[in-house]
Amino acid sequence: MTHILLRELDIPDIGKMEVYLANGGYDGLKKALSDHQPDDVINIVRESGLRGRGGAGFPAGVKWSFVPKDVFPKYVCVNADESEPGTFKDRQLMENNPHQLIEGALICAYAIQASAVYIYIRGEYWDIADHLDRKIAEARKKGFIGKNILKSGWDCEVYTHRGAGAYICGEETALLESLEGKRGQPRLRPPFPASEGLYAKPTVINNVETLSNVPYILVNGADAYREIGEGDSPGTKIFCLSGCVNKPGNYELPFGGETTFRKLIFEMGGGIPDGKQIKAILPAGASAAILPATDEVLDTPIVYGAFRAWGTDIGSASVIVLDEMVDIAWAAKKMINFFSHESCGQCTPCREGTYWLSRLYKRMDSGQADAGDIQTMDAVAAQMEGKCICALGEFAVNPVRATIKHFPEDYERAVGNGRLSRR
Amino acid sequence: MSLLERRKEDIERHLAKYPQKQSAVMPLLYIAQEEYGYITEEAMEEIASIVDTDVTQVRGIVGFYTMYYSQEKGKYLIQICTDLPCALRGAEAFSAKVCEALGIQPGETTDDGLFTVENVMCIGACDRAPVIQVNFKFYENMDMDSFNDLIEALRREHDAMQPYSHE
Repeated sequence: MTHILLRELDIPDIGKMEVYLANGGYDGLKKALSDHQPDDVINIVRESGLRGRGGAGFPAGVKWSFVPKDVFPKYVCVNADESEPGTFKDRQLMENNPHQLIEGALICAYAIQASAVYIYIRGEYWDIADHLDRKIAEARKKGFIGKNILKSGWDCEVYTHRGAGAYICGEETALLESLEGKRGQPRLRPPFPASEGLYAKPTVINNVETLSNVPYILVNGADAYREIGEGDSPGTKIFCLSGCVNKPGNYELPFGGETTFRKLIFEMGGGIPDGKQIKAILPAGASAAILPATDEVLDTPIVYGAFRAWGTDIGSASVIVLDEMVDIAWAAKKMINFFSHESCGQCTPCREGTYWLSRLYKRMDSGQADAGDIQTMDAVAAQMEGKCICALGEFAVNPVRATIKHFPEDYERAVGNGRLSRR
Repeated sequence: MSLLERRKEDIERHLAKYPQKQSAVMPLLYIAQEEYGYITEEAMEEIASIVDTDVTQVRGIVGFYTMYYSQEKGKYLIQICTDLPCALRGAEAFSAKVCEALGIQPGETTDDGLFTVENVMCIGACDRAPVIQVNFKFYENMDMDSFNDLIEALRREHDAMQPYSHE
Protein backbone atom coordinates (compact mmCIF):
# COMPACT_ATOMS: atom_id res chain seq x y z
CA MET A 1 0.00 0.00 0.00
CA THR A 2 1.19 3.51 -0.71
CA HIS A 3 1.00 5.67 2.35
CA ILE A 4 -0.97 8.89 2.54
CA LEU A 5 0.48 9.86 5.89
CA LEU A 6 3.64 7.90 6.67
CA ARG A 7 5.04 8.85 3.29
CA GLU A 8 8.64 8.54 4.41
CA LEU A 9 8.13 4.79 4.12
CA ASP A 10 7.74 5.25 0.35
CA ILE A 11 9.89 8.39 -0.10
CA PRO A 12 12.61 8.36 2.57
CA ASP A 13 13.52 12.07 2.46
CA ILE A 14 9.97 13.44 2.27
CA GLY A 15 10.79 15.63 5.27
CA LYS A 16 13.10 17.75 3.14
CA MET A 17 11.47 20.70 1.44
CA GLU A 18 12.84 19.98 -2.04
CA VAL A 19 11.81 16.32 -1.86
CA TYR A 20 8.39 17.22 -0.52
CA LEU A 21 7.92 19.76 -3.32
CA ALA A 22 9.11 17.29 -5.96
CA ASN A 23 6.46 14.85 -4.75
CA GLY A 24 3.45 17.13 -4.90
CA GLY A 25 4.22 19.01 -1.72
CA TYR A 26 2.29 22.25 -1.16
CA ASP A 27 0.22 21.53 -4.30
CA GLY A 28 -2.81 21.20 -2.04
CA LEU A 29 -2.23 24.67 -0.64
CA LYS A 30 -1.54 26.11 -4.10
CA LYS A 31 -4.72 24.52 -5.43
CA ALA A 32 -6.77 25.79 -2.49
CA LEU A 33 -5.54 29.34 -2.95
CA SER A 34 -5.77 29.50 -6.75
CA ASP A 35 -8.83 27.37 -7.53
CA HIS A 36 -11.09 27.60 -4.51
CA GLN A 37 -12.90 30.05 -2.32
CA PRO A 38 -12.42 29.34 1.41
CA ASP A 39 -15.96 27.91 1.66
CA ASP A 40 -15.24 25.51 -1.21
CA VAL A 41 -12.30 24.14 0.74
CA ILE A 42 -14.53 23.53 3.74
CA ASN A 43 -17.02 21.75 1.47
CA ILE A 44 -14.34 19.55 -0.09
CA VAL A 45 -13.08 18.47 3.33
CA ARG A 46 -16.65 17.92 4.51
CA GLU A 47 -17.44 15.80 1.44
CA SER A 48 -14.26 13.79 1.98
CA GLY A 49 -15.73 12.57 5.26
CA LEU A 50 -12.38 13.08 7.05
CA ARG A 51 -12.92 12.52 10.76
CA GLY A 52 -10.84 13.84 13.64
CA ARG A 53 -7.97 11.48 14.41
CA GLY A 54 -7.34 12.69 17.93
CA GLY A 55 -9.91 10.31 19.35
CA ALA A 56 -13.39 11.75 19.08
CA GLY A 57 -13.78 11.14 15.35
CA PHE A 58 -15.78 14.30 14.71
CA PRO A 59 -16.00 15.19 10.99
CA ALA A 60 -13.31 17.81 10.36
CA GLY A 61 -15.11 19.71 7.60
CA VAL A 62 -18.23 20.01 9.74
CA LYS A 63 -16.11 21.40 12.57
CA TRP A 64 -14.63 23.97 10.20
CA SER A 65 -18.10 24.94 8.93
CA PHE A 66 -19.17 26.00 12.44
CA VAL A 67 -16.72 28.91 12.37
CA PRO A 68 -18.55 32.22 11.91
CA LYS A 69 -17.63 34.13 8.74
CA ASP A 70 -17.76 37.68 10.08
CA VAL A 71 -15.66 37.55 13.26
CA PHE A 72 -11.92 38.25 13.10
CA PRO A 73 -9.21 37.34 13.92
CA LYS A 74 -9.57 33.57 13.77
CA TYR A 75 -7.13 30.87 14.73
CA VAL A 76 -6.12 27.32 13.98
CA CYS A 77 -4.60 25.25 16.77
CA VAL A 78 -2.82 22.05 15.92
CA ASN A 79 -3.15 19.56 18.73
CA ALA A 80 0.29 17.99 18.96
CA ASP A 81 0.04 17.34 22.68
CA GLU A 82 0.12 13.60 22.00
CA SER A 83 0.09 12.14 25.52
CA GLU A 84 -2.32 9.21 25.58
CA PRO A 85 -0.44 6.16 26.84
CA GLY A 86 0.45 4.08 23.79
CA THR A 87 0.21 6.94 21.27
CA PHE A 88 3.25 7.92 19.21
CA LYS A 89 1.95 8.58 15.70
CA ASP A 90 1.99 12.38 15.68
CA ARG A 91 5.60 12.22 16.75
CA GLN A 92 6.50 10.17 13.67
CA LEU A 93 4.47 12.48 11.40
CA MET A 94 6.19 15.58 12.76
CA GLU A 95 9.64 14.05 12.70
CA ASN A 96 9.48 12.58 9.21
CA ASN A 97 6.81 14.42 7.26
CA PRO A 98 6.48 17.84 8.90
CA HIS A 99 5.69 19.85 5.77
CA GLN A 100 2.56 17.82 5.19
CA LEU A 101 1.29 18.88 8.61
CA ILE A 102 2.24 22.52 8.02
CA GLU A 103 0.53 22.43 4.62
CA GLY A 104 -2.60 20.82 6.07
CA ALA A 105 -2.76 23.39 8.84
CA LEU A 106 -2.35 26.23 6.31
CA ILE A 107 -5.16 24.83 4.15
CA CYS A 108 -7.39 24.71 7.22
CA ALA A 109 -6.36 28.26 8.11
CA TYR A 110 -7.22 29.45 4.60
CA ALA A 111 -10.58 27.66 4.71
CA ILE A 112 -11.64 29.46 7.87
CA GLN A 113 -9.62 32.61 7.03
CA ALA A 114 -7.44 32.39 10.12
CA SER A 115 -4.52 34.73 10.60
CA ALA A 116 -2.40 32.44 12.76
CA VAL A 117 -1.72 28.76 13.38
CA TYR A 118 -0.42 27.62 16.76
CA ILE A 119 1.05 24.15 16.94
CA TYR A 120 0.67 23.12 20.58
CA ILE A 121 3.29 20.42 21.07
CA ARG A 122 3.92 18.51 24.26
CA GLY A 123 7.01 19.77 26.08
CA GLU A 124 8.65 16.34 26.13
CA TYR A 125 8.90 16.51 22.32
CA TRP A 126 11.53 19.19 22.86
CA ASP A 127 13.69 18.47 19.82
CA ILE A 128 10.65 17.95 17.59
CA ALA A 129 9.43 21.47 18.40
CA ASP A 130 12.83 22.83 17.32
CA HIS A 131 12.62 20.67 14.20
CA LEU A 132 9.18 22.10 13.40
CA ASP A 133 10.47 25.64 13.91
CA ARG A 134 13.13 24.98 11.28
CA LYS A 135 10.53 23.53 8.89
CA ILE A 136 8.24 26.51 9.46
CA ALA A 137 11.15 28.80 8.58
CA GLU A 138 11.69 26.83 5.36
CA ALA A 139 8.03 27.17 4.44
CA ARG A 140 8.13 30.89 5.17
CA LYS A 141 11.14 31.28 2.89
CA LYS A 142 9.17 29.64 0.08
CA GLY A 143 6.31 32.07 0.57
CA PHE A 144 3.84 29.56 2.06
CA ILE A 145 3.72 31.44 5.36
CA GLY A 146 3.62 35.16 6.06
CA LYS A 147 2.13 38.11 4.20
CA ASN A 148 0.21 37.73 0.94
CA ILE A 149 0.76 33.97 0.74
CA LEU A 150 1.34 32.90 -2.89
CA LYS A 151 0.05 36.34 -3.93
CA SER A 152 -3.43 35.48 -2.70
CA GLY A 153 -3.77 38.52 -0.47
CA TRP A 154 -4.17 36.25 2.56
CA ASP A 155 -1.74 36.55 5.50
CA CYS A 156 -1.04 33.77 7.98
CA GLU A 157 1.65 33.03 10.54
CA VAL A 158 2.58 29.63 11.99
CA TYR A 159 4.06 29.23 15.47
CA THR A 160 4.93 26.40 17.82
CA HIS A 161 3.99 26.51 21.48
CA ARG A 162 5.46 24.01 23.92
CA GLY A 163 3.32 22.38 26.58
CA ALA A 164 4.94 21.49 29.87
CA GLY A 165 3.92 18.00 30.88
CA ALA A 166 0.16 17.98 31.29
CA TYR A 167 -1.90 15.28 29.55
CA ILE A 168 -5.03 17.34 30.05
CA CYS A 169 -3.79 19.94 27.56
CA GLY A 170 -4.65 17.49 24.79
CA GLU A 171 -8.27 18.27 25.68
CA GLU A 172 -9.03 21.04 23.25
CA THR A 173 -10.31 23.68 25.64
CA ALA A 174 -7.55 22.95 28.16
CA LEU A 175 -5.14 23.41 25.26
CA LEU A 176 -6.63 26.86 24.63
CA GLU A 177 -6.34 27.82 28.29
CA SER A 178 -2.72 26.70 28.29
CA LEU A 179 -2.01 28.64 25.12
CA GLU A 180 -3.45 31.72 26.78
CA GLY A 181 -0.88 31.32 29.55
CA LYS A 182 -3.11 29.74 32.16
CA ARG A 183 -3.40 26.41 33.95
CA GLY A 184 -4.65 23.80 31.53
CA GLN A 185 -8.13 23.34 32.90
CA PRO A 186 -10.95 22.53 30.45
CA ARG A 187 -13.71 25.03 29.76
CA LEU A 188 -17.41 24.40 30.08
CA ARG A 189 -19.16 24.20 26.71
CA PRO A 190 -20.99 26.00 25.17
CA PRO A 191 -19.55 28.21 23.87
CA PHE A 192 -17.62 25.87 21.60
CA PRO A 193 -14.17 26.86 20.34
CA ALA A 194 -15.50 27.30 16.78
CA SER A 195 -17.32 30.40 17.97
CA GLU A 196 -15.29 31.38 21.06
CA GLY A 197 -11.93 29.68 21.21
CA LEU A 198 -8.46 31.16 21.57
CA TYR A 199 -8.70 34.67 23.05
CA ALA A 200 -12.49 34.16 22.72
CA LYS A 201 -12.14 34.26 18.93
CA PRO A 202 -13.31 31.59 16.44
CA THR A 203 -10.86 28.69 16.53
CA VAL A 204 -10.47 25.29 14.92
CA ILE A 205 -8.48 22.72 16.85
CA ASN A 206 -7.43 19.61 14.96
CA ASN A 207 -5.07 16.75 15.65
CA VAL A 208 -1.76 16.42 13.77
CA GLU A 209 -2.90 13.30 11.93
CA THR A 210 -6.22 14.88 10.91
CA LEU A 211 -4.52 17.88 9.30
CA SER A 212 -1.87 15.69 7.69
CA ASN A 213 -4.68 14.14 5.59
CA VAL A 214 -5.83 17.47 4.20
CA PRO A 215 -3.21 18.09 1.44
CA TYR A 216 -4.06 14.70 -0.11
CA ILE A 217 -7.76 15.57 -0.11
CA LEU A 218 -7.16 18.93 -1.80
CA VAL A 219 -4.91 17.46 -4.48
CA ASN A 220 -6.91 14.31 -5.22
CA GLY A 221 -10.43 15.40 -4.34
CA ALA A 222 -13.03 14.20 -1.88
CA ASP A 223 -14.14 11.28 -4.04
CA ALA A 224 -10.63 9.87 -4.34
CA TYR A 225 -10.27 10.09 -0.57
CA ARG A 226 -13.58 8.33 -0.03
CA GLU A 227 -12.40 5.46 -2.20
CA ILE A 228 -9.97 4.62 0.58
CA GLY A 229 -11.49 3.25 3.73
CA GLU A 230 -15.09 2.29 4.26
CA GLY A 231 -18.48 3.95 4.75
CA ASP A 232 -18.42 6.68 7.36
CA SER A 233 -14.73 6.00 8.04
CA PRO A 234 -12.92 7.16 4.91
CA GLY A 235 -9.18 7.22 4.53
CA THR A 236 -6.44 5.49 6.42
CA LYS A 237 -5.60 5.41 10.10
CA ILE A 238 -2.24 5.20 11.79
CA PHE A 239 -2.36 2.45 14.38
CA CYS A 240 0.20 2.78 17.17
CA LEU A 241 0.93 -0.79 18.14
CA SER A 242 2.61 -1.38 21.49
CA GLY A 243 2.77 -3.74 24.45
CA CYS A 244 3.12 -7.51 24.11
CA VAL A 245 3.87 -7.70 20.41
CA ASN A 246 6.95 -8.63 18.41
CA LYS A 247 7.08 -5.61 16.12
CA PRO A 248 5.64 -2.56 17.85
CA GLY A 249 5.38 0.60 15.78
CA ASN A 250 3.12 2.76 13.65
CA TYR A 251 1.15 1.08 10.89
CA GLU A 252 -1.00 3.01 8.45
CA LEU A 253 -3.96 0.97 7.22
CA PRO A 254 -7.20 1.84 5.43
CA PHE A 255 -10.34 1.70 7.54
CA GLY A 256 -12.56 -1.36 7.17
CA GLY A 257 -12.10 -4.21 4.70
CA GLU A 258 -9.19 -6.40 5.68
CA THR A 259 -8.08 -4.12 8.49
CA THR A 260 -8.66 -6.08 11.66
CA PHE A 261 -6.85 -6.44 14.95
CA ARG A 262 -5.76 -9.90 13.78
CA LYS A 263 -4.06 -8.41 10.74
CA LEU A 264 -2.55 -5.56 12.74
CA ILE A 265 -1.24 -7.62 15.62
CA PHE A 266 -0.33 -10.92 13.97
CA GLU A 267 0.54 -9.89 10.41
CA MET A 268 1.96 -6.39 10.76
CA GLY A 269 3.07 -6.73 14.38
CA GLY A 270 4.52 -10.21 14.05
CA GLY A 271 2.38 -11.74 16.79
CA ILE A 272 2.93 -12.18 20.50
CA PRO A 273 6.46 -12.73 21.87
CA ASP A 274 7.59 -16.00 23.44
CA GLY A 275 4.73 -18.04 22.00
CA LYS A 276 2.25 -16.53 24.45
CA GLN A 277 -1.47 -16.19 23.79
CA ILE A 278 -3.14 -12.83 23.38
CA LYS A 279 -5.48 -11.98 26.24
CA ALA A 280 -6.85 -8.49 25.67
CA ILE A 281 -6.56 -5.34 23.59
CA LEU A 282 -6.70 -1.74 24.70
CA PRO A 283 -7.91 -0.16 21.43
CA ALA A 284 -7.21 3.47 22.38
CA GLY A 285 -4.61 3.66 25.08
CA ALA A 286 -5.87 4.03 28.61
CA SER A 287 -8.99 5.91 27.54
CA ALA A 288 -11.25 3.38 25.87
CA ALA A 289 -12.69 0.22 27.39
CA ILE A 290 -10.61 -2.95 27.16
CA LEU A 291 -11.55 -5.65 24.64
CA PRO A 292 -11.14 -9.34 25.40
CA ALA A 293 -9.20 -10.79 22.46
CA THR A 294 -11.93 -13.11 21.19
CA ASP A 295 -12.03 -14.27 17.57
CA GLU A 296 -14.99 -11.97 17.02
CA VAL A 297 -13.01 -8.94 18.24
CA LEU A 298 -9.89 -9.94 16.33
CA ASP A 299 -11.76 -10.41 13.04
CA THR A 300 -14.03 -7.36 13.11
CA PRO A 301 -13.12 -4.90 10.33
CA ILE A 302 -11.99 -1.74 12.08
CA VAL A 303 -14.07 1.37 11.42
CA TYR A 304 -15.32 4.07 13.76
CA GLY A 305 -18.04 2.50 15.88
CA ALA A 306 -17.10 -1.11 15.04
CA PHE A 307 -16.74 -1.95 18.71
CA ARG A 308 -19.82 -0.12 19.93
CA ALA A 309 -21.36 -3.39 21.09
CA TRP A 310 -18.39 -3.82 23.44
CA GLY A 311 -18.80 -0.26 24.71
CA THR A 312 -15.55 0.95 23.20
CA ASP A 313 -14.09 2.61 20.13
CA ILE A 314 -10.78 2.94 18.33
CA GLY A 315 -10.26 6.55 19.43
CA SER A 316 -6.71 7.58 18.55
CA ALA A 317 -5.98 3.91 17.67
CA SER A 318 -3.21 3.46 20.21
CA VAL A 319 -3.47 -0.30 20.38
CA ILE A 320 -1.87 -1.84 23.46
CA VAL A 321 -1.66 -5.63 23.37
CA LEU A 322 -1.85 -7.63 26.59
CA ASP A 323 -0.78 -11.28 26.64
CA GLU A 324 -2.02 -14.12 28.83
CA MET A 325 0.56 -13.37 31.53
CA VAL A 326 -0.70 -9.86 32.15
CA ASP A 327 -2.73 -9.37 35.30
CA ILE A 328 -5.53 -7.10 34.12
CA ALA A 329 -6.03 -5.63 37.60
CA TRP A 330 -2.36 -4.57 37.50
CA ALA A 331 -2.88 -2.95 34.09
CA ALA A 332 -5.97 -1.15 35.42
CA LYS A 333 -3.96 0.10 38.40
CA LYS A 334 -1.35 1.56 36.05
CA MET A 335 -4.06 3.31 34.03
CA ILE A 336 -5.84 4.70 37.09
CA ASN A 337 -2.55 6.00 38.47
CA PHE A 338 -2.11 7.77 35.16
CA PHE A 339 -5.51 9.44 35.29
CA SER A 340 -5.13 10.33 38.95
CA HIS A 341 -1.76 11.94 38.19
CA GLU A 342 -3.13 13.78 35.16
CA SER A 343 -6.48 14.97 36.57
CA CYS A 344 -6.42 18.76 36.41
CA GLY A 345 -8.19 19.01 39.76
CA GLN A 346 -10.93 21.31 38.56
CA CYS A 347 -14.03 19.17 38.95
CA THR A 348 -14.81 17.06 41.98
CA PRO A 349 -15.88 13.74 40.43
CA CYS A 350 -12.61 13.42 38.52
CA ARG A 351 -10.25 14.86 41.14
CA GLU A 352 -11.69 12.85 44.04
CA GLY A 353 -12.80 9.86 41.98
CA THR A 354 -9.43 9.15 40.41
CA TYR A 355 -7.79 9.70 43.81
CA TRP A 356 -10.08 7.23 45.56
CA LEU A 357 -9.71 4.72 42.79
CA SER A 358 -5.93 4.90 42.97
CA ARG A 359 -6.21 4.37 46.76
CA LEU A 360 -8.37 1.30 46.21
CA TYR A 361 -5.92 -0.17 43.72
CA LYS A 362 -3.10 0.56 46.12
CA ARG A 363 -4.97 -1.31 48.82
CA MET A 364 -5.51 -4.23 46.49
CA ASP A 365 -1.82 -4.14 45.61
CA SER A 366 -0.90 -4.33 49.30
CA GLY A 367 -3.02 -7.43 49.84
CA GLN A 368 -5.48 -5.60 52.09
CA ALA A 369 -8.45 -5.64 49.73
CA ASP A 370 -11.56 -7.67 50.42
CA ALA A 371 -14.21 -8.81 47.95
CA GLY A 372 -16.34 -5.75 48.72
CA ASP A 373 -13.58 -3.48 47.39
CA ILE A 374 -14.18 -4.66 43.84
CA GLN A 375 -17.78 -3.42 44.10
CA THR A 376 -16.53 -0.20 45.67
CA MET A 377 -14.16 0.35 42.75
CA ASP A 378 -16.97 -0.19 40.29
CA ALA A 379 -19.29 2.07 42.28
CA VAL A 380 -16.78 4.93 42.56
CA ALA A 381 -16.16 4.75 38.82
CA ALA A 382 -19.90 4.60 38.12
CA GLN A 383 -20.44 7.74 40.17
CA MET A 384 -17.99 9.66 38.01
CA GLU A 385 -19.70 8.70 34.79
CA GLY A 386 -21.41 11.59 33.01
CA LYS A 387 -20.55 14.08 35.75
CA CYS A 388 -17.19 15.49 34.68
CA ILE A 389 -16.43 18.72 32.83
CA CYS A 390 -14.28 17.01 30.24
CA ALA A 391 -13.61 13.60 28.78
CA LEU A 392 -10.61 12.81 31.03
CA GLY A 393 -12.91 12.04 33.94
CA GLU A 394 -15.12 9.98 31.69
CA PHE A 395 -12.14 8.09 30.28
CA ALA A 396 -10.95 7.24 33.77
CA VAL A 397 -14.10 5.21 34.30
CA ASN A 398 -13.22 2.75 31.52
CA PRO A 399 -10.08 1.10 32.90
CA VAL A 400 -12.06 0.22 36.03
CA ARG A 401 -15.52 -0.78 34.92
CA ALA A 402 -14.55 -2.57 31.71
CA THR A 403 -11.73 -4.56 33.29
CA ILE A 404 -13.94 -5.65 36.20
CA LYS A 405 -16.65 -6.63 33.72
CA HIS A 406 -14.45 -8.62 31.35
CA PHE A 407 -11.80 -9.97 33.70
CA PRO A 408 -13.42 -10.39 37.15
CA GLU A 409 -11.17 -13.41 37.84
CA ASP A 410 -8.07 -11.18 37.85
CA TYR A 411 -9.64 -9.00 40.54
CA GLU A 412 -10.91 -11.94 42.58
CA ARG A 413 -7.45 -13.47 42.52
CA ALA A 414 -5.96 -10.21 43.77
CA VAL A 415 -8.24 -10.05 46.81
CA GLY A 416 -6.19 -10.80 49.89
CA ASN A 417 -3.43 -12.05 47.64
CA GLY A 418 -0.72 -9.44 47.74
CA ARG A 419 0.92 -7.58 44.97
CA LEU A 420 -0.50 -6.81 41.57
CA SER A 421 2.21 -7.31 39.02
CA ARG A 422 3.06 -7.58 35.39
CA ARG A 423 3.96 -11.31 35.83
CA MET B 1 21.23 40.55 35.96
CA SER B 2 17.55 40.22 35.21
CA LEU B 3 16.10 37.58 32.91
CA LEU B 4 15.20 40.29 30.42
CA GLU B 5 18.80 41.50 30.36
CA ARG B 6 20.13 38.00 29.96
CA ARG B 7 17.75 36.80 27.25
CA LYS B 8 16.16 39.91 25.73
CA GLU B 9 16.10 38.61 22.17
CA ASP B 10 14.48 35.27 23.02
CA ILE B 11 11.93 36.89 25.30
CA GLU B 12 10.92 39.42 22.67
CA ARG B 13 10.69 36.72 20.02
CA HIS B 14 8.18 34.82 22.16
CA LEU B 15 6.20 37.93 23.09
CA ALA B 16 5.84 38.72 19.39
CA LYS B 17 4.15 35.37 18.72
CA TYR B 18 0.99 36.15 20.64
CA PRO B 19 -1.61 38.92 20.56
CA GLN B 20 -1.81 38.73 24.36
CA LYS B 21 1.33 38.89 26.47
CA GLN B 22 0.17 36.35 29.04
CA SER B 23 0.48 33.59 26.43
CA ALA B 24 4.24 33.99 26.67
CA VAL B 25 4.30 32.81 30.29
CA MET B 26 5.13 29.21 29.40
CA PRO B 27 8.02 29.92 27.00
CA LEU B 28 9.39 32.55 29.38
CA LEU B 29 9.32 30.06 32.25
CA TYR B 30 11.38 27.68 30.11
CA ILE B 31 13.89 30.47 29.50
CA ALA B 32 14.10 31.13 33.24
CA GLN B 33 14.63 27.44 33.89
CA GLU B 34 17.43 27.31 31.32
CA GLU B 35 19.10 30.28 32.98
CA TYR B 36 18.72 29.35 36.65
CA GLY B 37 18.26 25.56 36.63
CA TYR B 38 14.83 25.91 38.20
CA ILE B 39 12.09 28.52 38.54
CA THR B 40 13.14 31.04 41.16
CA GLU B 41 10.76 33.35 43.01
CA GLU B 42 12.53 36.34 41.43
CA ALA B 43 12.04 34.85 37.96
CA MET B 44 8.33 34.39 38.59
CA GLU B 45 8.04 37.99 39.72
CA GLU B 46 9.94 39.25 36.72
CA ILE B 47 7.92 37.14 34.28
CA ALA B 48 4.68 38.35 35.87
CA SER B 49 5.77 41.92 35.30
CA ILE B 50 6.93 41.25 31.73
CA VAL B 51 3.61 39.67 30.71
CA ASP B 52 1.60 42.05 32.84
CA THR B 53 -0.08 39.59 35.15
CA ASP B 54 -0.11 38.79 38.84
CA VAL B 55 2.69 36.66 40.24
CA THR B 56 0.06 34.34 41.74
CA GLN B 57 -0.97 33.40 38.20
CA VAL B 58 2.60 32.53 37.34
CA ARG B 59 3.03 30.50 40.54
CA GLY B 60 -0.16 28.61 39.67
CA ILE B 61 1.26 27.70 36.30
CA VAL B 62 4.57 26.54 37.73
CA GLY B 63 2.66 24.33 40.16
CA PHE B 64 0.34 22.93 37.51
CA TYR B 65 2.81 21.76 34.88
CA THR B 66 5.30 19.02 35.70
CA MET B 67 8.10 20.36 33.49
CA TYR B 68 8.69 23.46 35.62
CA TYR B 69 10.76 22.85 38.73
CA SER B 70 10.58 24.76 41.98
CA GLN B 71 13.95 23.41 43.07
CA GLU B 72 17.14 22.42 41.41
CA LYS B 73 17.45 18.95 39.91
CA GLY B 74 20.56 17.04 38.94
CA LYS B 75 22.52 18.34 35.98
CA TYR B 76 21.18 15.39 33.99
CA LEU B 77 17.50 14.68 34.57
CA ILE B 78 16.89 11.04 33.68
CA GLN B 79 13.22 10.33 33.13
CA ILE B 80 12.23 6.72 32.71
CA CYS B 81 8.83 5.95 31.25
CA THR B 82 7.18 3.30 33.41
CA ASP B 83 3.67 3.79 32.05
CA LEU B 84 1.63 0.80 30.90
CA PRO B 85 3.01 0.17 27.38
CA CYS B 86 6.61 0.50 28.56
CA ALA B 87 5.90 -1.50 31.72
CA LEU B 88 4.67 -4.35 29.51
CA ARG B 89 8.15 -4.36 28.00
CA GLY B 90 10.07 -4.44 31.24
CA ALA B 91 10.40 -0.74 32.06
CA GLU B 92 9.70 -1.12 35.78
CA ALA B 93 12.48 -3.66 36.19
CA PHE B 94 14.73 -1.45 34.07
CA SER B 95 14.00 1.55 36.29
CA ALA B 96 14.84 -0.47 39.39
CA LYS B 97 18.20 -1.47 37.86
CA VAL B 98 18.96 2.14 36.87
CA CYS B 99 18.25 3.30 40.40
CA GLU B 100 20.41 0.54 41.81
CA ALA B 101 23.26 1.45 39.45
CA LEU B 102 23.11 5.09 40.52
CA GLY B 103 22.46 4.27 44.18
CA ILE B 104 19.33 6.41 44.43
CA GLN B 105 15.55 6.06 44.54
CA PRO B 106 13.17 7.56 41.95
CA GLY B 107 12.89 11.29 42.65
CA GLU B 108 16.37 11.49 44.19
CA THR B 109 19.58 13.08 42.98
CA THR B 110 23.06 11.57 43.22
CA ASP B 111 25.34 13.12 45.85
CA ASP B 112 27.54 14.71 43.18
CA GLY B 113 24.47 16.55 41.86
CA LEU B 114 24.86 15.02 38.42
CA PHE B 115 21.90 12.68 38.05
CA THR B 116 18.25 12.82 39.06
CA VAL B 117 16.05 9.84 38.26
CA GLU B 118 12.29 10.07 37.85
CA ASN B 119 9.71 7.55 36.76
CA VAL B 120 7.32 9.32 34.41
CA MET B 121 4.06 8.83 32.53
CA CYS B 122 3.93 8.03 28.80
CA ILE B 123 6.44 10.04 26.74
CA GLY B 124 5.33 8.82 23.31
CA ALA B 125 7.97 6.24 22.44
CA CYS B 126 6.12 3.06 23.45
CA ASP B 127 7.38 1.15 20.43
CA ARG B 128 10.97 1.63 21.57
CA ALA B 129 10.70 0.69 25.24
CA PRO B 130 12.47 0.78 27.59
CA VAL B 131 12.85 4.45 26.83
CA ILE B 132 14.31 7.34 28.79
CA GLN B 133 14.77 11.04 28.30
CA VAL B 134 17.86 12.82 29.54
CA ASN B 135 17.12 16.53 29.70
CA PHE B 136 14.26 15.82 27.27
CA LYS B 137 16.41 14.08 24.69
CA PHE B 138 15.20 10.57 23.80
CA TYR B 139 17.28 7.42 24.33
CA GLU B 140 15.39 4.38 23.10
CA ASN B 141 15.46 0.57 23.23
CA MET B 142 17.59 0.83 26.34
CA ASP B 143 19.23 -1.92 28.32
CA MET B 144 21.75 -1.71 31.16
CA ASP B 145 24.71 -1.85 28.76
CA SER B 146 23.53 1.11 26.73
CA PHE B 147 22.53 2.90 29.94
CA ASN B 148 25.97 2.45 31.51
CA ASP B 149 27.60 3.68 28.29
CA LEU B 150 25.35 6.73 28.35
CA ILE B 151 26.20 7.50 31.97
CA GLU B 152 29.91 7.24 31.17
CA ALA B 153 29.50 9.60 28.22
CA LEU B 154 27.58 12.11 30.35
CA ARG B 155 30.25 11.98 33.07
CA ARG B 156 32.94 12.64 30.45
CA GLU B 157 30.89 15.50 29.02
CA HIS B 158 30.53 16.98 32.49
CA ASP B 159 34.22 16.61 33.30
CA ALA B 160 35.21 18.23 30.00
CA MET B 161 33.10 21.24 30.91
CA GLN B 162 34.80 21.79 34.27
CA PRO B 163 37.23 24.74 34.32
CA TYR B 164 40.89 23.78 34.64
CA SER B 165 41.93 24.20 38.23
CA HIS B 166 45.38 24.94 39.70
CA GLU B 167 45.85 23.26 43.04
